[in-house]
Amino acid sequence: MKADLRVVNTSLITEAIRDMCIEINHDLSPDMKKALLDATARETSPIGCRILGQLQDNLRIAHDEMIPICQDTGMAVVFLDIGQDVHLIGKDLTEAVNDGVRAAYTEGFLRKSVVSDPIERQNTTDNTPAVIHTSIVPGNRVSIRVAPKGFGSENMSRVFMRKPAEGLDGVRNSILTAVRDAGPNACPPMVIGVGIGGTFEKAALMAKEALTREVGCHSEKKWVADLEVEMLDTINELGIGPGGLGGAVTALAVNIETYATHIAGLPVAVNICCHVNRHARREI
Amino acid sequence: MVEGNINTIEKHVSLPLDADVAKDLRAGEYVYLTGEMYVARDAAHGRLMDLINKGEKLPINIEGETIYYMGPSPAREGRVIGSAGPTTAGRMDKYTPTLLDMGLRGMVGKGKRTPEVLDAIKRNGAVYFAAVGGAGALLSKCITSSEIVCYEDLGAEAIRRITVENFPVIVVADHIGGYLY
Repeated sequence: MKADLRVVNTSLITEAIRDMCIEINHDLSPDMKKALLDATARETSPIGCRILGQLQDNLRIAHDEMIPICQDTGMAVVFLDIGQDVHLIGKDLTEAVNDGVRAAYTEGFLRKSVVSDPIERQNTTDNTPAVIHTSIVPGNRVSIRVAPKGFGSENMSRVFMRKPAEGLDGVRNSILTAVRDAGPNACPPMVIGVGIGGTFEKAALMAKEALTREVGCHSEKKWVADLEVEMLDTINELGIGPGGLGGAVTALAVNIETYATHIAGLPVAVNICCHVNRHARREI
Repeated sequence: MVEGNINTIEKHVSLPLDADVAKDLRAGEYVYLTGEMYVARDAAHGRLMDLINKGEKLPINIEGETIYYMGPSPAREGRVIGSAGPTTAGRMDKYTPTLLDMGLRGMVGKGKRTPEVLDAIKRNGAVYFAAVGGAGALLSKCITSSEIVCYEDLGAEAIRRITVENFPVIVVADHIGGYLY
């Protein structure tokens, strides 16, 4: 089969990442905006309504005055799905991604929240490096997803290595434990990304990717879609509420990804995101 | 522990907090803060603690003061500050009882505190407020001045002195043991 080879200069990736980081820190994607607006209508507690109202005002000010939605403008997580018929030219890909992040965070008045070493903790002053996940996929396009991740909620995320005998109840338990422990710390209403199966790291990666899926879209697998709906209801019955101060809206969505796993295992990763669930997608 | 009740009492309170005013605040009350407070988060707390452990003088006087746990995004031209919402208070819990015993009176952040911090709040007649997490653009509008006091090398984590006007918070932990979460 003749390959339809395409040459892509990595400078295009740099440019896209710069723009996406700035945009998504000031304007949430339409799915998130809709989810927050719907939540505002659904909330019943006075304090919950007050907080969700403030979040609507916050989104408006962020957009109108170009002030980041949240001061934690995140560590840039970048997913690159690169078509196997793409030939990348120009700068080294990692450097190209980091150039985009650097440009966004320095030119875009975003906070520099990255330290070069987890113990020595020297700020890199330009928010690099990004966390980069690349996949080689069919085709000749480059798909870029950018998800600047805040750490108030990242810190409340968990990986559970369950026994196969725990089954679906083990999964339910993992999600609820993580959400309950997160409570007010993770800035509810939250979005919950879940990875079930794979290995230790595969589960965590799926949980992160699940956060980049549009809120309101469900898995194609029936049992997974059912679990997404069921867990969202169960979580909202916990009463944690907006800001953790009580109410009907604790989560906006539960997005679950699954993968094959080992006969001995049932990994469950729960990646928690606050209501500022920033995800942008572009294709080159 | 006394259960906190969310109610509709709204109070306007001046900063720095008066000792008696702080003691009158109850978990669940909506408060609008006006006046000056410090801004400090993880790295700055670490440095203050190092000085305390060495018996050295702190670069700021925390007696009667309020600390806002926050690291702002950079200010655009002509603006006072960037996005400026609260960070998770629990990461400061290791340092907080010592600072409260040294006279710190108020804290603004978000999220749960340890029993040690809640005890120190009771012991010292202090108060812990929460601001709405993830509303940094909105909250920045209530900040009318901001200057770096020390640790500029820490970037977003430098200690700042800010002036706020009608800054909206809710009392989460009070000195009689009320605790909202």
